[in-house]
Amino acid sequence: MLVVEVEKKLGEFSLNALFASEGGATVLFGPSGAGKTSVINMIAGLLKPDRGRIVLEDEVLFDSAARIDVPASRRRVGYVFQEGRLFPHMSVKRNLVYGRWMGGHPDDPDAFAHAVELLDIGHLLDRRPGKLSGGERQRVAVGRALLMRPRLLLLDEPLASLDAARKSDILPYLERLRDERSVPMIYVSHDAPEVKRIATRVVRLEGGQVTATGGAELLSA
Amino acid sequence: MLDLTPQDWTAVALSLRIATVSTLVALPFGVAIAYVLARKDFWGKSLVDALVHLPLVLPPVVTGYLLLITLGRKAPVGAWLADHLGIVFSFRWTGAALACGIMAFPLMVRAIRLSIEAIDLRLEDAASTLGANRFWNFATITLPLALPGIIAGMMLAFARALGEFGATITFVSNIPGETQTISAAIYTLTQVPGGDHAALQLVIVAVIISVAALMASEWFARRAGARIHGI
Repeated sequence: MLVVEVEKKLGEFSLNALFASEGGATVLFGPSGAGKTSVINMIAGLLKPDRGRIVLEDEVLFDSAARIDVPASRRRVGYVFQEGRLFPHMSVKRNLVYGRWMGGHPDDPDAFAHAVELLDIGHLLDRRPGKLSGGERQRVAVGRALLMRPRLLLLDEPLASLDAARKSDILPYLERLRDERSVPMIYVSHDAPEVKRIATRVVRLEGGQVTATGGAELLSA
Repeated sequence: MLDLTPQDWTAVALSLRIATVSTLVALPFGVAIAYVLARKDFWGKSLVDALVHLPLVLPPVVTGYLLLITLGRKAPVGAWLADHLGIVFSFRWTGAALACGIMAFPLMVRAIRLSIEAIDLRLEDAASTLGANRFWNFATITLPLALPGIIAGMMLAFARALGEFGATITFVSNIPGETQTISAAIYTLTQVPGGDHAALQLVIVAVIISVAALMASEWFARRAGARIHGI
C-alpha cells in the first residue's frame, strides 16, 4: 500500500498530487509536463516535496509536518529510469548485483537466476552497458531494480526511448513482471496502448493535478 | 652515452622521490578539494578557489619565500612543528616535496575537478535509489568515473614537481644529496666553467623521465577512459 499526498512548486509550475496504490501496476498517465516524473522522483527520494506525506506499507518515507525525510538510499524503492542509467564502468552482472551489494543482502542465486531468465539477459552478463542495444539496456535496468529487493518498483517511461518494434519486445516482460511478482509498480507513461496493456489502475495527471483515478476504462474517455 | 657521476644520480633519484612523494601526498587533498569545488556551493567558495590557484599565478620564488617565513626552522609554524611534532621542512627533502606539492596542487585540482564536473549526476541518483549512501556513491560511482581526470591530474602534478625550481631553491636551498634536484643540479652545473657536458647528461635524463611519465599516463588514461565509457 502506497499513499502519496504531495505539493511542490517548481518555478511557475505547481504540483499537487494525491493518490493511493494498492499493489499491481498503477499507471501515472498524462501528457508530457504533467509532473509525472516529479511525482515518482518524490517517491524515490530524489526530489523533496514542499509539503505532504508519502507512506509505503507502514513506513512513513516523507512527512513535512513531522520532519521525516528518509534518504533515497534507505527507501528500498527500485527505480527504472527512462534512459536506463546503467553504470558504464561496470559489467552488466555488476550492475545487476549492485543493489543487493549496497543493501547488504546475502547472495541469492535463485532470485538472480529467476530475474535473468524472466528478462532474458543471461547472454549479456559479461558485457559492458556501452555495448548493449536500447532494449537490452532497459531490460538490464529492470533487472537491476528488481534485484535490489524493492518494496515498490518505479518505472519512468521505460519504453519511451525505444522504437515500436522494441516496445512490443519488452512489454511482455513487464507484464510477466506484474503478474509473477508481488512487488507493486508505479508506471509512468503517456502512451495509451502501452498503458492499456500494463495498468491495473490508472491515475490521470494533468497540469500537476490528479484529474481522475480508476481502471483502464479511463483511457477510452 | 650517459656517464653521470654518483652525485648526478643522487640528484636524479632525489627528484624522482620528491616528485612521487609530493604527488601521492597531494592526491587525497586534491580529490577532496576538487570534489568540494565541483559539487558544493558555500560562502567563500571563490576565495578557496583563488587560494588553490595562487601557486599557479604567483612567481614561484614568492611561494618559496612564503613557505620559508612560515615553515622555516625559526618561523612560528615551522618552530612549533619541529618542537612538538619533530617535523622539519627547511633544508630537507621533505621541504622540497612540500614546495613541489603546493606548486603542483592547482594543476592537479583543475584536472580532477573538470572530470568530476563531467560526471552525469543522474548516475549518482540511480546509485542512491539502489541503496548507496554518500560514501558508497562516491567510492563506487564518482571516483571510478573521475579516474581519467585523476590520472591526468597526477601526471601534471608529477611533471610540475619534477620541473619545480624557484619555490624549492628558495625554501630548501640547493644542498647536494638532500635538496638538490635535477633542475637545481643542472642550474649549478651551468654556473661553473666546464659544466656543460654534465648538464647535458642531466638534461637527457630529464627528457627521458618526462616522456616516460607522459606515455605511462596516456596508457593508463586510455584504459580508464575505455572503462568508463562502458566498452
